[in-house]
Amino acid sequence: MSEETILRLDHVVKRFGGLVAVNDVSFDVKKGEVFALIGPNGAGKTTLFNGVTGLLPPTSGSVLFEGREIAGTKPHKVAELGIARTFQNIRLFEYMTALENILVGEHCRMRAKLWDSLFKLPRERREEQEVTERALELLRFVGIERWANSYARNLPYGGQRRLEIARALATRPRLLLLDEPAAGFTPQEKVELMRLVGKILESGVTVFLIEHDMKVVMGISKRIVVLDHGELIAEGTPDEVRNNPRVIEAYLGKQH
Amino acid sequence: MRTWFRRVWETDPRRDPNSVVYILLAFFGLTFPIIANVLSGGSPGFLLSVAGDAGVYLLLTLGLNVVVGMAGLLDLGYAAFFAIGAYTYAFIASNHLAVTPLHTALHVPFWIVLIIALFVAASFGVILGAPTLRLRGDYLAIVTLGFGEIVPRVFKNAATWTSGVNGISALDTPVLPFWIQGPWSGDRLEIVQNFKIFDPLAYYVIMLVLVVTCVVLVRNLQNSRMGRAWAAIREDEVAAAAMGVNTVQAKLLAFAIGAAFSGFAGTFYGAKLSLVSPENFGFSVSITVLVMVVLGGMGNIPGVMAGSLLVYYVIFILLPMLPDTATSVANALGLSGLTQSSGDFPGIGEFASRLKFLVFGLILVVVMLVRPEGLLPSRERQQELKKGTHDDTIIEDVQAEVG
Repeated sequence: MSEETILRLDHVVKRFGGLVAVNDVSFDVKKGEVFALIGPNGAGKTTLFNGVTGLLPPTSGSVLFEGREIAGTKPHKVAELGIARTFQNIRLFEYMTALENILVGEHCRMRAKLWDSLFKLPRERREEQEVTERALELLRFVGIERWANSYARNLPYGGQRRLEIARALATRPRLLLLDEPAAGFTPQEKVELMRLVGKILESGVTVFLIEHDMKVVMGISKRIVVLDHGELIAEGTPDEVRNNPRVIEAYLGKQH
Repeated sequence: MRTWFRRVWETDPRRDPNSVVYILLAFFGLTFPIIANVLSGGSPGFLLSVAGDAGVYLLLTLGLNVVVGMAGLLDLGYAAFFAIGAYTYAFIASNHLAVTPLHTALHVPFWIVLIIALFVAASFGVILGAPTLRLRGDYLAIVTLGFGEIVPRVFKNAATWTSGVNGISALDTPVLPFWIQGPWSGDRLEIVQNFKIFDPLAYYVIMLVLVVTCVVLVRNLQNSRMGRAWAAIREDEVAAAAMGVNTVQAKLLAFAIGAAFSGFAGTFYGAKLSLVSPENFGFSVSITVLVMVVLGGMGNIPGVMAGSLLVYYVIFILLPMLPDTATSVANALGLSGLTQSSGDFPGIGEFASRLKFLVFGLILVVVMLVRPEGLLPSRERQQELKKGTHDDTIIEDVQAEVG
């Protein structure tokens, strides 16, 4: 496995008024690995994701994706560059079908211009057919093809989480950010999710995830960083992090 | 074409009445001249002219449906673009520019102005849309309301250029480069050059072509990359942006395309009436069109068309007839005493005319109570209003899986 860096955070700070949500955080995500970000509630994990994807640009510091500065880039540009994400609280297009949700993900890879769509030119029809086929493939990939024509909101919870992953994959990312993908899952579903993450990794997409469930995190990630009160307190392999006294303190409090 | 027929044939109208409504609308549109001829006993001019005016509202409704129904941007000032379309025709297809500081009249043919007005209105859609892009929901509605008030006021007060409240009159009549006349129109068989269009039937045909064109284009757009992007923005703008949708561009495009349709509508309106005046583009026009969109079923093209025709019929035909109808009903019932004014009672005719808008209001309230999602809603909208009863879909899914 190459040691090439796909995402580098360099002294990233995010302030909301007087509150420092992310304080001077730096780390590298290597290409082709599963990288996990953990930390207690309110540690600033999702804020960091928002900083990377351009939804809430960092106050200072730099974010390099494949060597290119993306801090402050608009969200849709970030997606175009090759970073996709899911949301902690599922944010599907509820009143669109599962298939249509994925087609929205394909949006930034489609070339149809307004003109092509207005007059349904042959190349537009061809492209529509191609992306529909690809979308169905993605539904199969995450295992929810039977709900292709159901409204996203009518999918069972696990199906919605999977659909969000499929929608993110539809943007054809090289880096996938998953925000608590196993939240609310049964142990069985967690195993299936871990298998899915493995498949995504095999397809050549680097995975960067936030997760609370230690079994999942320890089971699939190669390296872990720990965030507490906006600060990076530990970094290393699952074993190193598990035995780090500062991490134990952050999660369980000081030992007396 | 064959596959289309098969699809229509095989869809269950109870589940998807759209195809049926399209067929009814097309049939009605094509046969209306005959119907009008029969109804009016051989002089369909007035009815056809009314139908042409209804077509103007139909175009406006189709355009506003792109902005409000498809992209979910509440626009309360849509009449502004209608005004811009109509004034575009007035400026470049009449003698008017000769009396402005330009001192040269322009007479661009109607057909070309249609295209020009489309682009002018679309540009103003972008210009007026740009400052509102950071706003959402109610805030956006208030700003568009402001634009809707500003534009007619500018036309009213920039009197040097627009001759103010008097408006611009004697606009050019649309002209066909050549036309074949014959016994069917009561003339000798000959080819006429520069044939001027006066016949209401001709205006009706022009409007029919415009409406059909617009319906086809909007439908194409709705089932395309951009249509899905609009739907995504309407559902969740943040998620749409994170999935790679350029929300700024998509929203501006919605404004531009919505405005372009009213550019069409404005040009046709100016040409047919041969007069534009700032009074014709007030807030009531914006609201009427919005009512048509909401009542018909936001986001669903045949729905908003049905809504448009229905509301037009109620406002411009049913309500004005109300006083006369009330009087003749009273007479027929032998209550002719009611038709006279006595004391505070102004007579039933006048009484009914005072109640016109109460009746209109009641109709709106009743329709929205009975069909809160609109007459013929889009399937998304239907679902949204069915919250809580969505479990049957899952049961269906499971059955599909088992079966």
